[in-house]
This record gives sequence, structure tokens and C-alpha cells, in this order.
Amino acid sequence: MKHLFSCLKPYRKEAILAPLFKLLEASLELIVPLVVAAIVDVGIAQGDTGYIVKMGLLLVAFGIVGLAFSLTAQFFAARAAVGASARLRDLVFGKLQSLSFSQIDSLGTSTMITRMTSDVNQVQTGVNMTLRLFLRSPFIVFGAMVMAFVVDVQAALVFLAVIPLLAVVVFAVMAACMPLYRKVQERLDKVYLSTRENLAGVRVIRAFCKEESEGKQFEERNGDLCRSQKKVGRIAALTNPLTYVLINAAVIVLVYVGALRVDGGALQQGDVIALYGYLSQILIELIKLANLIVTMTKAVSCEKRLEKVLEMEGEPSVLLEEEAAPEGADPEEEIRFEHVGLTYEGAGAPSLTDIDFTVRKGETIGVIGGTGSGKTSLVHLIPRFYAATEGSVRFRGRDVRGIPAEELREKVAVVLQKAVLFKGSIRSNLLWGNPGATDEELLAAAETAQASDVLAVKGGLDGEVAQEGKNLSGGQRQRLTIARALVRKPEILILDDSASALDYATDARLRKALKHTGSTVFIVSQRTASILHADKIVVLDDGRAVGIGTHEELLKSCEVYREIYRSQFKEEDRA
Amino acid sequence: MKKTQKGTFRRILRYLKPYSGYLVLTIFLAIVTVALTLAVPYFVGLAIDCIVGAGEVDYARLGDLFLLIGGSVAATALAQWLMSLCNNKIAYHVLADVRRDAFRKIRTLPLRYLDSRAYGELASVVITDAEQFSDGLLLGFTQLFTGVMTIVGTLGIMLVMRWQIALVVFCITPLSLFAAKFIASRTYSMFRKQSQTRAEQTAFIDEMVGNLKVVKAYTHEDENEEQFSEINERLRKCSLRAIFFSSTTNPVTRFVNSVVYAAVALVGAFTVIATGGVFSVGNLTTFLSYANQYTKPFNEITEVITEFQNALACAARIFALIEEEDQVSDAGNAELGRAEGNVSLRNVAFSYSPDRPLIENLNAEACAGKRIAIVGPTGCGKTTVINLLMRFYDVDGGSICVDGKDIRTLTRHSLRENYGMVLQETWLKKATVRENLCMGMPDATEEEMIAAAKAAHAHSFIKRLPQGYDTVIGDEGSLSQGQKQLLCIARIMLCHPPMLILDEATSSIDTRTEVKVQDAFAKLMQGRTCFIVAHRLSTIRTADLILVMNAGKIVEQGTHEELLAKGGFYAQLYHAQFEAV
Repeated sequence: MKHLFSCLKPYRKEAILAPLFKLLEASLELIVPLVVAAIVDVGIAQGDTGYIVKMGLLLVAFGIVGLAFSLTAQFFAARAAVGASARLRDLVFGKLQSLSFSQIDSLGTSTMITRMTSDVNQVQTGVNMTLRLFLRSPFIVFGAMVMAFVVDVQAALVFLAVIPLLAVVVFAVMAACMPLYRKVQERLDKVYLSTRENLAGVRVIRAFCKEESEGKQFEERNGDLCRSQKKVGRIAALTNPLTYVLINAAVIVLVYVGALRVDGGALQQGDVIALYGYLSQILIELIKLANLIVTMTKAVSCEKRLEKVLEMEGEPSVLLEEEAAPEGADPEEEIRFEHVGLTYEGAGAPSLTDIDFTVRKGETIGVIGGTGSGKTSLVHLIPRFYAATEGSVRFRGRDVRGIPAEELREKVAVVLQKAVLFKGSIRSNLLWGNPGATDEELLAAAETAQASDVLAVKGGLDGEVAQEGKNLSGGQRQRLTIARALVRKPEILILDDSASALDYATDARLRKALKHTGSTVFIVSQRTASILHADKIVVLDDGRAVGIGTHEELLKSCEVYREIYRSQFKEEDRA
Repeated sequence: MKKTQKGTFRRILRYLKPYSGYLVLTIFLAIVTVALTLAVPYFVGLAIDCIVGAGEVDYARLGDLFLLIGGSVAATALAQWLMSLCNNKIAYHVLADVRRDAFRKIRTLPLRYLDSRAYGELASVVITDAEQFSDGLLLGFTQLFTGVMTIVGTLGIMLVMRWQIALVVFCITPLSLFAAKFIASRTYSMFRKQSQTRAEQTAFIDEMVGNLKVVKAYTHEDENEEQFSEINERLRKCSLRAIFFSSTTNPVTRFVNSVVYAAVALVGAFTVIATGGVFSVGNLTTFLSYANQYTKPFNEITEVITEFQNALACAARIFALIEEEDQVSDAGNAELGRAEGNVSLRNVAFSYSPDRPLIENLNAEACAGKRIAIVGPTGCGKTTVINLLMRFYDVDGGSICVDGKDIRTLTRHSLRENYGMVLQETWLKKATVRENLCMGMPDATEEEMIAAAKAAHAHSFIKRLPQGYDTVIGDEGSLSQGQKQLLCIARIMLCHPPMLILDEATSSIDTRTEVKVQDAFAKLMQGRTCFIVAHRLSTIRTADLILVMNAGKIVEQGTHEELLAKGGFYAQLYHAQFEAV
């Protein structure tokens, strides 16, 4: 709750005033039965019409004042709830953006999105309702009881007995329903899964003629859901009849006790009416309270999930003490891997082991290897998306863990495997690379990335890009993401299998153009053709560098490389 | 608009029909409940009249009244509970029925429909819209009906008891309806603005949080934060307006209630005095209690009507899905049986949208047991050909024949059973590895399954999974793209279909493993007609026939050698691979 309270802090005034005005309104409501009792006992009994009119006007006045109070309360409550949840959303968004890559992996995208949207909304509703009702309902229940004591102590004992009983019934039903609701939710998730699967996998399911059995599974899950919904419904439906019976039993006892007291002269008829009025109020408030508690439990569990995110330590700017470039470092040396090892959090085995090589300025480095051999892990160490768990990666002599993330990522541009663009225009996407770039620079980058024809088709720099670039083909997206990286004029450019959707001719032209940019380039690929002409090729197998050298050297010395090469080029083609 | 609503109502009634017995019962129970609930305050009023003052208490009558109250309360509680059960039964069963029908529809919808929609959107129709519809239905039953009954009942009793006071009540209450309606019409646009802004924010979150790694790679965090705060502030402002204005309904109607209450107290008290007690104090109590009961349903009804309108909108979306046109039925079509594998495409024409022709006049002949490769640049229509072969889509012109039979005269099942298909987009069910592998052949033995997994080089990594073949995997799980592809290949290796379709089937597998998998494929492909789509020219070099496609047409056909010798489009593509940088 710590963060929620801190978000509420600027709205402290509202958060206090809202329930306060609610209480004022509730107090008025509590006086109403007394006024009615006075009308009966004084006005009617003595036939005093003037008194009755006065009391009637008093009731209307209560109504008007009550309206003013509750409108004020609603306004403050809405302001505090909406304001606090907006702050909370800002806070969570900022926190999510500060997470490190491994934290992003462990949280998962869909979780992060639900946190930001539905969880925050639930909290907002929870805060709003709590400010409005949480004090009011118990206040009315206890207030009604206290007022009953004011009217008559003996008759009020009935209240003392029935209120705890009512509370027990309401809470018992709720306690019984909670776990069942969770079960309903789980079963609903299953139905959802079936639906999604049958939509996403429609081709495979139809290809295997699985429509029947999938349908059967869906109907089973659907039936299960229906059954557990009915079960919860049966229990939840008990609340109203039970509270109704209890309250009316109390009414009978109350009227009876009232009769005895009136008979003995201790009470008047109007008092009995007032007591009856208080009991009715309690019933109404209890039902409201039960609903409120459901809303609150939901909000609290959402808030707890948000809390978990907010308590994560974001990625620090530097992991080690910042260090200056060492004296006498080779000015031509760009990147050095020194016996680097990487074990992902929670993983059993290392993903990279003892990687050791140096890269000189302007060189092109090819990284090749099988599925899961660690190619992506290797290049992700350079911009420090993940930090080496053993050894060190050095950029111009400085350990990358000691370079502030912003500074490092300014110099290193990575084109990730998944080519993603953002809603906007082609220009707004390319400007991600460098917000200050001119149109000429953008066009030049697109030219180098072989994306000029994409611009031509899509309407130039102002061409529209849909969310995640869905209106572009895979190859078009890849080229634009490469252009985006080039706009940055990076010192190091990393292409992580970024040309896989390009045909060979385009791929070849791209590599030729990149050569002229002067950047140090890392090309990760499964195609030998893409890295054949690199200055240095790193061959990875199961997280180890099994060969480092040029194409010719590796063909002679590295068995794995030879195998990969042969699998793509048969002897006779090597012209 | 009105007309479609009518149609929606008719469809809802159709779904309610099987539960008409429960419907009648619930209406009956509602009448009983309302009648009894109204009777209780009346009895209490009578009871209070038995307590006039000291020494003036009629205990005998009081006892009788207590019995009456107790009896009606017990009966009300029972009727209420039974009514809830009936309503639950109706609402949840209708929900399940609607979902079942929507799901059945998904099974028979043409792919043309499914491909043109985001599946998240369709899933939300089946899940969320159906839920809101049933919630609205349930609420409508429980509250709308009893609400109206209560209003009518109370008014009736009040009229009978003392029509003068009833008239006063009757005149004031419409105020609360007017107020509620006024507020609702004002807030509607605010709510719409709120949901628009919220949708904008969600889209932004979806995009940026979904691709957080890109954001971080470009240190774009600050710009994002700024943009997010801007949207967030706008959302805050319009949420505040929407929430505050909608929350004024309750206080306002409550105010009208208190005016009604005061009026009843005032007029009632005068009546008691004027009639000299014929209209008793007990009667006044009853009236006051009715005044409370009578106004409450008004609030509920206004709430329910908004809910109900939303439910209707949801229902309309579900019914639109359920009544979408099915794919062309293949009832009465011939069974293909086990095919030889002669496939011919004659003058095939096809397009996804009429204004953009894609495939025109496509001709190709694939003899049994031959290997046909389809190559060409991105977007040239390779995958479309596969869609047509599997009859995921029907041709617009020309025909596709298997063993001389037009595939449109065959049942889809019998056609598809003859194809084994591995696509670039791997898809696995959330189920165990075993269930996924045996998808095409549920009665495969353990040995057969393991043999298939070994052939696809998937056995060794499956064994390393936490529970081996019983590990539950899913579409999103922890398997790499390459591993998923190996599983999809193993899945096919198990079925031995007479024809194969491999659409970039090995694109995510490293080339070394691929060579080994290719060997297994080669074995599998022996004697089978096989269609291969690939970027890697090395994988298709050994094909018997290469179809080179460009812009929806087959521009060249022939073997690898022939095409190279020809020096055309294919040769150009092929040589790009070796061009020196």
C-alpha cells in the first residue's frame, strides 16, 4: 500500500474531505427517523399542524443539505481516485521502462500490459468506492445502533444481537464464494485459451482435421465453466434471503419489545417507528458494504501486483564504478571480449563460455552458429543488454559495465531480430535513431539500408506506419529498422539476423552499402553467404567459440564451420 | 438501428426458448416475492397500530400479525432464493450456449474471414462480449422485472390505502427519472471520450511495453515518458469529468427520494389528524416504508437500462459472428481416399481482394512422387499457392485437381488428410509434447512417436525438457523457434501422408541440423508429391521441378540446371548468394 499512499499524498485534502462529507450526509440520514418520530409523537398526538409543517420542511432541508454534502464528497473522491491512479500509472510506466532485459524476460510482456491497464483501473475504482463508502456504511450501521440506544436502551439490545449475526452471514457467504470465484476465473481462462488456440492455429487444426476433437474439448471446458458459475451463483444467492430473514426476525422482536415498553409507558408509538426505520437503514447499508468489500478485495490484490512491479530494482546506469579509458590503450581496438561467460538468471547451464577475441575499428565481424548456440547472447553483451557473468567485455578499453547505459547505447546501435516499428510515420520512426537528424540524413540512411524502394511505395518519409508496423511486410520492416539504426551513425552497428526476410540479392547489396559507412559492424546470421566476406568470423557451438578467423582460415581449421558451409553450398557450386 | 435491435431481441428469445419453463417459473416467483415484500410493511404498520400507548396494547392481535410477518418473510426468502437459482440457470446456460455456437462457427468460417480479422478481436467477442451479454441478461431479469413489479405493486397498494397521498408520491417521483436521464445523456459523451482516450493509452502501452527492448536499445525512455504523461494527463482530466458527473446520479435521486419521504410524512400526518385516526399512525409507517421501497427501483432501473443497452450491443456483435456465412459446404462431396499424388493446377486465378488481382492464369503439373519447389521474392504469392492447395481458400477461376478430381468436389477432410503440412509460422497447442506430436495420429504407439521425434532430431532436446514427452508446452512457452519447428516436423513424420507441403519449414533451424532433418525429409518424401517453399536455394536445388514466381505469375519452370542455364530470373536470384562484397 506504500506506493498507493504516496500517490494519494498530493490529494490528501481530497482524501480526507470526501469521507468527511459522506459522514456529514450520513449523520443527517440518521436524524430522519427521529424527526418522523417527533411528527408522530408531538405533531399527530397533539394535533399541532404548525409543528408538522416545520418538521416536514426540516426533512426537505436535510435533503438539500445532504445533496450538497454528497456532491462535494463525490467530487473529492473522484478527484483523489483519478489523480492517484494517474500518478500510479506514470510511476509504473517509468518503472517498467527502467527494467533490465532479464527483468523484462522474467515479467513477460502480457503481464506488464495488464498491470498498466486493468490493474490500475481496478485500483482506481477501489479507491473511489472506498473513499465514498467505506466509512459511510459502517458509520450508518453503528450510528443506527447508537441512535437506537438513544431512543431506548432495552429495545436497542435487539440491534446489538442482530448486527453481528448479519455480519457473520455476509462474510460467511463471501468467504465461501471467494475461492469459487477464483475457480471460475481459472476455468474461464481455459475457455479463453481454447478460443485463442483455435483462432491462432486454425490452419494447423484444419490441416490435421482436428475441428471435431477441438470442438469437443471446448464444449467440455465450456460446460465446466458453466457448472462452476452455477455453483457460485447458488451460494451467492443466499445473501439476500438470509439477511432479509434476519432483519425481519429482528423487526418482530423489536416490535414485541417495543409493545412491552409502550405498554409499560416507557416508550411512545413514534419511538417504535423510529427504531423500525433504523433497522431498515442497516439492511440497505449492509448490502452496500458487502459489494464494497468485493470491490476492495479485487482492488487490493491488483494493488499488490502493482506493488511487486514498483518494488523491483530498475537497471542501474552503471554496474561497476565508472572507469576512464586506460592509458596506452590501442586506439584502433574497438571491442575486446576477455574470457566472457554468461549464465542467464535462473538458468541451469551457461549460455556463453570463455569467449575471447578482439575487434578493430571499422572491421566487419560475422557471428554464425546453430539454433541456440548463443549468437544473440554474444552480441547483446556489447550494449550491455545483459551483463557478462564472467570475464569482461571492453569498449575501447573500458569495461562496458562501467559505462553509463545511455552513453553506451548512444554509440552502439542494435537491430534486433524481431523487426518492430511504431505507429506514426516513416519519419517519426527513423527519428528514433537520432531526434535531430535532417531529412537528408534520413534518406541517406534509408538508401544505405536498401529501403529507398519501401519509401517509394509507402509515400516517402511521411508514409504512414501502423501499430508495430503491421502495414509493412517483414522484409520492408527489416530494412526500415536497419535504416533507423543507421540514422544514429553508430560507432558499432549490430545486425542480429536482421536480414533474414530479405532475398539474397538485396542482402548482398545491403552488405556492400554497410561497408561504406565506416562503422564497426557485427552481423549475426545463419547464412554463410551473409558473413562470408567478414574480416573475422566467430563460430559458436553450444555457447563456445569453436572457431575465430576469416572464411578461408575457418574452412581449413574449423569442423563446425565446414559443416555449416557445406550444408549451404555444395562442392560444385563453389565457383 | 431500431430494426437491428429488434432482430437482436428475436435472436435472444430464440436462445431463451429452451429455458422457457424456467422463465415462466422465475416470473411467477418474482410476482410472489414482490407481493410478499410489499405485504410485510403493511403488516408491520398494522402491528404498530396495536401499540397505541401505555396500557393500550393488543397483544393477541400482535401475536397473529407476528405469525403473518414471519410466514411471509420465510416464504419471500425461499421464493427469492429459488428465483436467483432460476435466473442463474438461464443466464449461465444461455452464455454457454452462445459460446458453444460462436465456437462452432469459428470451426466452419472460411479462412478468408478469419485472416481478415485480428484473432484477439474475435476471441474477445466469444469471451468478453458473451460475458457482458449474459451479465446484462441476468441483471435485466433480476432487477428490471422485480423493479417494475415493485413500482406497480406499491403504487397500487398506496392508491387503495389512500389515493390522495399516492398522488403526491406519483407526482414527485418522475423528477428522479428526469434527473437520471438528464445526467445519463450528459455523461454519455464524457464516457465515450474517456474510453477513446483510454484506448489510445492502451495502444501506446501495448506498443511500447510490448517492445520495451527496442525502446531501451534506442534509449527512447525519456521521450516515451513524456508522451505517456501527456496522454495520461488527458485521461485523468476526462476520467474525472466522466466519473464525477456519472456519480451525481445517486445523490440527486436520493435527494428526490428524501423529498418524496418528507411529502409523505407531511401529507400523511395531516391525513391522520384530519381523519381522526381512520388513517392510522400504523398506516403512515407503512406509507413511509413504501415511499422508500418505491423510489429505490427507479435508481436500479436507470442503472439496469444502461447495462442492458451495453448487453444488447454485445449480443449484436456475437450474433453477427454466429450468423456469418460459412465456408462452402462440402456435404455430399466425394471422399478422396488415399491419393496417388498427381496434382495439377489449370488456369488458376485468385485474389484476396477483387481490386488487386494476385494470381492469374497459373498452370503447373506435379506428378506423383515428384518434388516441386516454389521460389520467388517476398510477396509473390508462394504462400497463397499453398492456401489454395490445402483448400484454405477456393480458387476464383480455373481449377486444382488431385488425381484428376477437382478438389472442390471432394470433402475438405479427405483432401487435407492427404497432405502433411509444415509452415514457417509454427503453431503448437498448449498440451504435452506427446499430444502435440500425435495430433495427426492419436493412436500412434510410443515407439512410432519416438522414432518420428528422432527422425526430426527433436528427441534429444525433448528428453532434456523437465518432464520429457509429458512436458506441457504452448505457443508462447520457452521453446525456441527452431525447436518448435522441429516438433512440427516430427508431427508430420508420424503421419506419413501421401503429399507434403513445406512452407519455409526449416527456416529457423540452423543449417547443420537442417541438413540432418533434410535427410529424414528425403526419406519421408520418397514416393510422395512434395511442395516446398523456401528462401534458401540450397534446400530446393534437388527439386524435380522449380516454379519461379514473381508478382503472382509463374515466370519460369524447370530444374535447377535448366533454369541456371537459361540465365533468367532464377539465375539472378541464385547468383546473388555468391556475389562478392
